[in-house]
Amino acid sequence: MNRLKVELAGLELSNPTMLASGMMGETGMSLVEAARNGAGAVVTKSVGMEPRTGYINPTLVEHDDYYINAMGLPNPGIADYGEEMASAIKGGVPIFGSIFAASVSDFAHLAGKMEDYGASAVELNLSCPHAKGYGMEMGIDPDIVANIVKEVKGSVSVPVFAKLTPNTHRLLDVAEAVQRADGDGIVAINTLKAIAISVEFRRPILSNVYGGLSGPAVKPIGLRAVYDLYDRVDIPIIGVGGVETWKDAMEYIMAGASAVQVGSAVGRHGLGVFGEICNGMDSYLEENGAEMMDLVGVAHERK
Amino acid sequence: MNGNEVVTIKEVVPEGKGITTLRFELDRTARPGQFFMVWVPGVDEVPMSVSYTGRVKGITVREVGTATKALSGLKGGDMIGIRGPYGRGFAMPKGKFLVVGGGTGIAAVLPAVEMADDKDIVDVALGARNASEIIFEERAENASNHVHVSTDDGTRGFHGTVVAMVDDILKKHSYDQVIACGPEKMLYYLLEVCKKHGVESQMSLERFMKCGSGLCGSCVIDGKRVCADGPVFYGREISDMLEFSKAKRDEAGRLIKL
Repeated sequence: MNRLKVELAGLELSNPTMLASGMMGETGMSLVEAARNGAGAVVTKSVGMEPRTGYINPTLVEHDDYYINAMGLPNPGIADYGEEMASAIKGGVPIFGSIFAASVSDFAHLAGKMEDYGASAVELNLSCPHAKGYGMEMGIDPDIVANIVKEVKGSVSVPVFAKLTPNTHRLLDVAEAVQRADGDGIVAINTLKAIAISVEFRRPILSNVYGGLSGPAVKPIGLRAVYDLYDRVDIPIIGVGGVETWKDAMEYIMAGASAVQVGSAVGRHGLGVFGEICNGMDSYLEENGAEMMDLVGVAHERK
Repeated sequence: MNGNEVVTIKEVVPEGKGITTLRFELDRTARPGQFFMVWVPGVDEVPMSVSYTGRVKGITVREVGTATKALSGLKGGDMIGIRGPYGRGFAMPKGKFLVVGGGTGIAAVLPAVEMADDKDIVDVALGARNASEIIFEERAENASNHVHVSTDDGTRGFHGTVVAMVDDILKKHSYDQVIACGPEKMLYYLLEVCKKHGVESQMSLERFMKCGSGLCGSCVIDGKRVCADGPVFYGREISDMLEFSKAKRDEAGRLIKL
């Protein structure tokens, strides 16, 4: 029996761990690698209408407890991405096609393409904190988000997830807007807008100055977001932010997430992290005679 | 701890035509075959193989673009940003091994010659286009009893490619493993030669790299991250790669045929 199995928005995942967007997913074969290493589902790098090279280096700041990145949404563009999806499908797990755009109609077009390419779901990047005119700049306005979700829902039959930013006091309003527009689920959180300064050089390290903070440092904020979202919306939530161990993942599940995405840990600990998280959770479930889905949101029963 | 650090350059050593070594102190363990992300503020941050792994570390730069040009122009006392070392380096082979360096690839493999710590178990083959690009020959001779040199134009040593020279060496001597770094075209033919002689190999590969720490996926070859799963791969792994010597990714992640 598979205790780890989860179901969300009609999708069945053999376990609740997913490869987060932006992690390696520029190419189909690396998504296959993540699946082979135990990810229950994978999310593509965010793909847009045209090819983008992203920002010049430095695009990453590394610290013991976090990364700050400003890659600048590099991607081959939706036309070329079909080839990557064709190989990604060999991974045998559901693929979430992540997309970003500057207009509602572009979002709808990209979502349709992802569905044609075989994506099991669409993830709307409404939350990248470092790309002008994209992501977070739209994703902090509930009305804009509702319009995008509604339009995308009208153009695809696969479930539509909205990945939201924590860089706003209106996170819960935005999530409600997603639900109102018939969105199928919420992914939270994307990175926190951040910078790093080199004291020696007396200047920002990232070429783009601003980047997104991720890794263990953001986990408590991600957990708070998921916990609050679980109270506010009925659609499933996928938790993201600093998941490295099975206990981190379990915290997110108990806070209300039906699945968790793993990002920075792939760089910090390697792809083996999926298997380790799953093994740890499986032992816990076995010892407690429980199944994964029984534990979603249980922390809310004892406050 | 691989995080961002700033180091002061202690010494700048001209090695050959357009080739310069920068030495700096950094209290981190680096293995042969690993690399640093090296930041020149206002210019770029680029991956550079570790050419000296001791306490006083080194990188060896050939001028090919804006970043390497800026690095080559630095003086003692100047500062550079460093992240790393990153990646899977060369594993110490069991038994006797042959280290092969082509062009600036010589800088990446030289620490692998020195890790042997026994002049009898490691032989060396260094190749370049001409004599002025043969670097670290003396360093190799200090660590190995047999150092072979080749140049494409015959201005030093064996007249021909380093691969042709290695083919000759493997006909006369047997090794348990070959360790190599150089242009991909050279590695392609070298791998064929190794297979012909039934020798396992470890080779350091190169792809366009952005984050350097296994996150962004810019440098993948057949789904493997050159920065984190490599840059050193075994010959048996490389043989299974469909993109090796055939295709690479551009800055947007598009597949470009070679």
